[in-house]
Amino acid sequence: MDKGADLTVAGIHKRYGQVRALSDVSLTVSAGEFLTILGPSGSGKTTLLKVVAGFETPDEGDVRVGGRDVTDLDPAQRNMGMVFQNYALFPHLTVERNVAFPLEMRGTPKAEIRTRVAEALAMVELTGFEQRLPRQLSGGQQQRVALARAIVFRPTLLLLDEPFGALDRKLREAMQLEVRRLQQRLGLTTLFITHDQEEALVMSDRIAVMDSGRLEQVGRPRDIYDAPASPLVADFVGESNILSGTMEAGGSVRLADGTAIRVTGEGPAAAPGAKVRILLRPERLGDAGDQPGAENQIAGTVVEAIYLGLSDKYRVRTAGGVELLARIGASRTARQYRAGEPITVGFHAADARIIEVR
Amino acid sequence: MAARRRARRNPGRILLRTVAGAVFVFLMLPLVVVFPISFSAGSYLRFPPPGFSLQWYERYWNDPIWIDATIRSLQVGAATTVLALLIGIPLAFGLTRARFPARTAIEQSMSAPMIVPHIVLSIAIYGLFSHLGLIGEWYGIAIAHTVLALPFVVIVLVAGLRNFDVNLELAARGMGASRLTAIRRVTLPMVAPSVYSAAFLAFITSFDELVVAMFLSGANMTLPKKMFDNILTEIEPTVAAVSALKIMFIGLLLLLSLRFRKGSDTPMTH
Repeated sequence: MDKGADLTVAGIHKRYGQVRALSDVSLTVSAGEFLTILGPSGSGKTTLLKVVAGFETPDEGDVRVGGRDVTDLDPAQRNMGMVFQNYALFPHLTVERNVAFPLEMRGTPKAEIRTRVAEALAMVELTGFEQRLPRQLSGGQQQRVALARAIVFRPTLLLLDEPFGALDRKLREAMQLEVRRLQQRLGLTTLFITHDQEEALVMSDRIAVMDSGRLEQVGRPRDIYDAPASPLVADFVGESNILSGTMEAGGSVRLADGTAIRVTGEGPAAAPGAKVRILLRPERLGDAGDQPGAENQIAGTVVEAIYLGLSDKYRVRTAGGVELLARIGASRTARQYRAGEPITVGFHAADARIIEVR
Repeated sequence: MAARRRARRNPGRILLRTVAGAVFVFLMLPLVVVFPISFSAGSYLRFPPPGFSLQWYERYWNDPIWIDATIRSLQVGAATTVLALLIGIPLAFGLTRARFPARTAIEQSMSAPMIVPHIVLSIAIYGLFSHLGLIGEWYGIAIAHTVLALPFVVIVLVAGLRNFDVNLELAARGMGASRLTAIRRVTLPMVAPSVYSAAFLAFITSFDELVVAMFLSGANMTLPKKMFDNILTEIEPTVAAVSALKIMFIGLLLLLSLRFRKGSDTPMTH
């Protein structure tokens, strides 16, 4: 099948009355790339998808697909496959007729429709379900039909709007991998919308984190996680400890409670005396005894202990009153703490990183 | 198990059943009277009938005035249905989809023809139609009936469209369907049950309407007008025979519309 085309959105603005849904959003998705727009609800991610699909017209800016300006084109002429949040299968049509719909709209000859529908259904492993109605299918199967319907006409772009929200965890994980495999096999340029950061990390070539109608950061999953551009991104992707303090000479940061911690992780430079915020991922905090060579050690008390199977999660209050989250991986030797017990947590200076300088 | 047994003996439940039963009997009683009288062998409206015959049905069938009135009523009813749907469907779409300033005001004023007494409406329409030379014309009555039927049609269709998941239409457009094709191929089939209900309501609104028809029909009577005149002038069981036929006809329509509804009965949303 054809390779997908590249997508460029440039300088998109969209307002609804007083509400700025999108402010100056610019983004490029290269051909065959899987890009996820990650953001909380109300961040404008669905509006952006609708602008790309043609269901909303931007106040400013353009949308280009494969170099062609499609901003003023009707959705019907854009040749994009879309999977809606609730699948939007036509309940009065069989699986076969649902998948055939986009081809019928294009006037494809009957015989060709039949073979291409069969192909698409085979790709999502639903051969044999042609004559069922959508309501006779499980959620996962409906999802596959929606996917088959979105790819059967060889779209230049695949748009997925939180397609896994309604599935249970196991099925969601299976579908995530399946969609990813299919997308790579067909080389489809894909724009994926989700509020689930884990899903974004698993599936994407790149992630664009969005908040309040603006793009906060665009980058590879690992970069977004390890080097978030702002406290907001850090907080939204993964769990985080974000601590405020004052930069001191020699690469230390003095927290409000007086504790000094050494910070050598990559990040923006800060002059001594500057107010900074630093990020510390909970999984990089450990029982001080198990962290040989850790430059930083902070004593505190366990406020809450949560058993998560793979790890134990502790809420720790330091002597100075700062709260820290620590995730200590399950191992045979790891000590378990209970609420109220004293604990000393340790972490490497390289695992603390400045993410904001004011 | 215990909870279930208690529910069955619940006095509230017994009361509910009794009241429902009484209402049912009250509503059905006229049928029990009308049908036997229509087969009466006597020449008066008397119950119970002295004997049984088909004479009143024959009388109806062989009287061109009755037959003309019937055909006219069917004609008016059909025209009203078509007109009310032609106006009501776009109106309902506008009221559910579009955003414009007077939307709520228009939606609320839609039920005005239901609130204004028919006699007031009739006099107003009579004044207007006599200027336009529409008195005595069957399509004049159809136009007036459309006014009466429109609120029912719009209320039913608006409810149907509000239940409809707009994403289905967007999905169709994203797959290459124009706005109109999307409505024709996806939206209308999905809201078909509402359209059938609306059509049925429009038809019976017209088919059973007397007041407006009295003002507008002139010499060309509709069926309700003819029945009314018949009761005024000669008290004989033809009117019972016509009523019986009418009840059966409407019952048949109702069954048909239920059948259609079932045929396209699909969940509106997921």
